[in-house]
Amino acid sequence: MFSKSTYLSALVLTLSCWLTSAQATIETYPFDTVQQEQDYNNLIYELRCLVCQNQNLADSNAELAQDLRKQVHTMLVEQKQDKASVVKYMVDRYGDFVLYNPPVKFQTFLLWGGPFVFLILGFWWLFKIITQAGKTANTNNKATHSSDTE
Amino acid sequence: MKKQMIPLSLFAGLVIFLAIGLTLDPKEVPSPLIGKPAAKFSLERLYSETAFSPSELKGQPWILNIWASWCVSCRQEHKLLVNFSKQNSTTIVGLNYKDTPEEAKAWLKELGNPYQITVQDPKGRAGIDWGVYGVPETFIMDANGIIRHKFTGPLTKDRVKNQLLPLLKQLENERTAVQG
Repeated sequence: MFSKSTYLSALVLTLSCWLTSAQATIETYPFDTVQQEQDYNNLIYELRCLVCQNQNLADSNAELAQDLRKQVHTMLVEQKQDKASVVKYMVDRYGDFVLYNPPVKFQTFLLWGGPFVFLILGFWWLFKIITQAGKTANTNNKATHSSDTE
Repeated sequence: MKKQMIPLSLFAGLVIFLAIGLTLDPKEVPSPLIGKPAAKFSLERLYSETAFSPSELKGQPWILNIWASWCVSCRQEHKLLVNFSKQNSTTIVGLNYKDTPEEAKAWLKELGNPYQITVQDPKGRAGIDWGVYGVPETFIMDANGIIRHKFTGPLTKDRVKNQLLPLLKQLENERTAVQG
């Protein structure tokens, strides 16, 4: 068995690795306003890196992610565009897939609605099982009662 | 149907769904650019100091192949493109993505040049406009300059025979129909 302190040090070690790697991937850009910086930081967490598909732009050090981060910065700071137009720019080129938070529309209906459909199905099934169990318990009870009285 | 069969059939359904999922390629992201006009660019050619922009090819179907000398699967695809260019007259434009002119020229010298026009995109800026995320990528444009198809990843004999050639034939028919 490992001691508590072994676990703790392992945890600290893992976390520190993660911290350094996360810092190493992000280049620093100058911003004119706080709003721009906030928009930039939000966008690089919301946009997907298409090369390494399960990472966002902030986490990825792929060349494309670097280029796209630069593009986001250029659009926000040099071209003074707002967050929505950057998102539109990316979606126009890479599709909804570039968004980690895809919009609700016909094509994504299953994506958004699917979990609720399964939830309802699950409740329906649960309800059926419970009522059935109740019925069998009732009949069993009756059976035992009647045998008691005999 | 017997009650005991319900979990089994649910499981079978799940297996079928997951099996279909396994055959899909997650790298095949549907491009939102299909059906839209080709992205504009004006880039310097590799072999001359003049610029090229896609509007020059209006009136004919054409192919844009995005490649780089550092890209391994481009090498794999290249022989096929060279052969294709010998057998077909469709204009192929090569977009040299995030590369240096020296390396690009050396590469074309070694492996052959299937491109009628080669342009340079050293910073990858035009690449972003074309939604490029993994070279090689190949776009097919019709005579009106509309993007009709995109191949992500290297072209294969199979893709050329079953997808590219029929599409080019169709585009050629569309063009003659308009002219006639």
